[in-house]
Amino acid sequence: MKGKVLVVTSGKGGVGKTTTTANLGTALAMKEQKVVLVDTDIGLRNLDVVMGLENRIVFDIVDVVNGDCKLNQALIRDKRFEGMYLLPAAQTRDKTAVSPHQMKILTEELKKEFDYVLIDCPAGIERGFKNAIAGADQAVVVATPEVSSIRDADRIIGLLESAGLKNSRLIINRMRPQMVHMGDMMDIDDITDILAIDLLGVVPEDEAIVVSTNRGEPAVLSRTSKAGEAYLRICSRIMGEDVPFVPLDEPNSFFRRMRRAFRMAR
Amino acid sequence: MLDLFYRLFGKENSNSKEIASERLRLVLVQDRYSVSADILETLKEEMLAVIKKYLDIDADGLCVQVENDNRTVALVANIPIRGLHHSEREEEHNAPTTSAV
Repeated sequence: MKGKVLVVTSGKGGVGKTTTTANLGTALAMKEQKVVLVDTDIGLRNLDVVMGLENRIVFDIVDVVNGDCKLNQALIRDKRFEGMYLLPAAQTRDKTAVSPHQMKILTEELKKEFDYVLIDCPAGIERGFKNAIAGADQAVVVATPEVSSIRDADRIIGLLESAGLKNSRLIINRMRPQMVHMGDMMDIDDITDILAIDLLGVVPEDEAIVVSTNRGEPAVLSRTSKAGEAYLRICSRIMGEDVPFVPLDEPNSFFRRMRRAFRMAR
Repeated sequence: MLDLFYRLFGKENSNSKEIASERLRLVLVQDRYSVSADILETLKEEMLAVIKKYLDIDADGLCVQVENDNRTVALVANIPIRGLHHSEREEEHNAPTTSAV
């Protein structure tokens, strides 16, 4: 088996890298892909809690690269899907505990076993970022529709390009259709124009994400989550399916109807 | 209250997204090419000074912009020309060229 290594990155923190990694990984597993999620945020690990697997950690990524345990011993099998595993980050070490060269060797090893290797990159552009992208075949850049996030995403895209990762794709996260409609949030075209990279998908702002993170159950597992639905579509695109981009519906359609009625009355 | 009314009925959009896009475009040029707004301004002035030596330009109709297309950035200057400067200067500048040929 020769899997694909995807790094989920953003530059800025708090835009949803870990949530995206957890949801895309789970979505891939739902489609019967063998997938491993690798947390490279050494010192600030969180993918384990978002996945609900925090109580099962024995060994971590630093133990693996130091040869203190076998790779298989550190991989935590997900309780929901047989084909999904997590390789947790170390919590009591720092980013320098792993080198980009070691990451390359590790991802080569994981590629042999899995269809997809998803790497959750830490925020920033320093060592943790360099580790995360070292063995990646392709990057998924996550950005929210805010100037700070887009600016950082642009910097990251530049750094990915100079590292030889040319065909990065963009996920716009936490989009609020109502604000876009009011002209108070950059829309998809504004953002893809500025960043000049291909769009992989758009995820709407969704309170269900908070609930799913509380429970440690990725939103793709919920039938009612709009964000979960969006991640499922993105997953299909990652697997090479041609999924059309559906426009996000306005959450406040009551006001839209009122507005329409008001205009007609004039 | 009135503002809320306008917002509900879409009478007036504040359109802060336009501001966001514009600010981003500018800041990204600086980020991508490490050129600050100050340097761009100086560049513009110095470029103008050179052009003014040879051409009579319309400073009011002048437009210097940084255009952004597919991750490449171009400095585009639109400079309306009124005419050539007085003939003596023209000769002055033409002279060395002619002798070189």
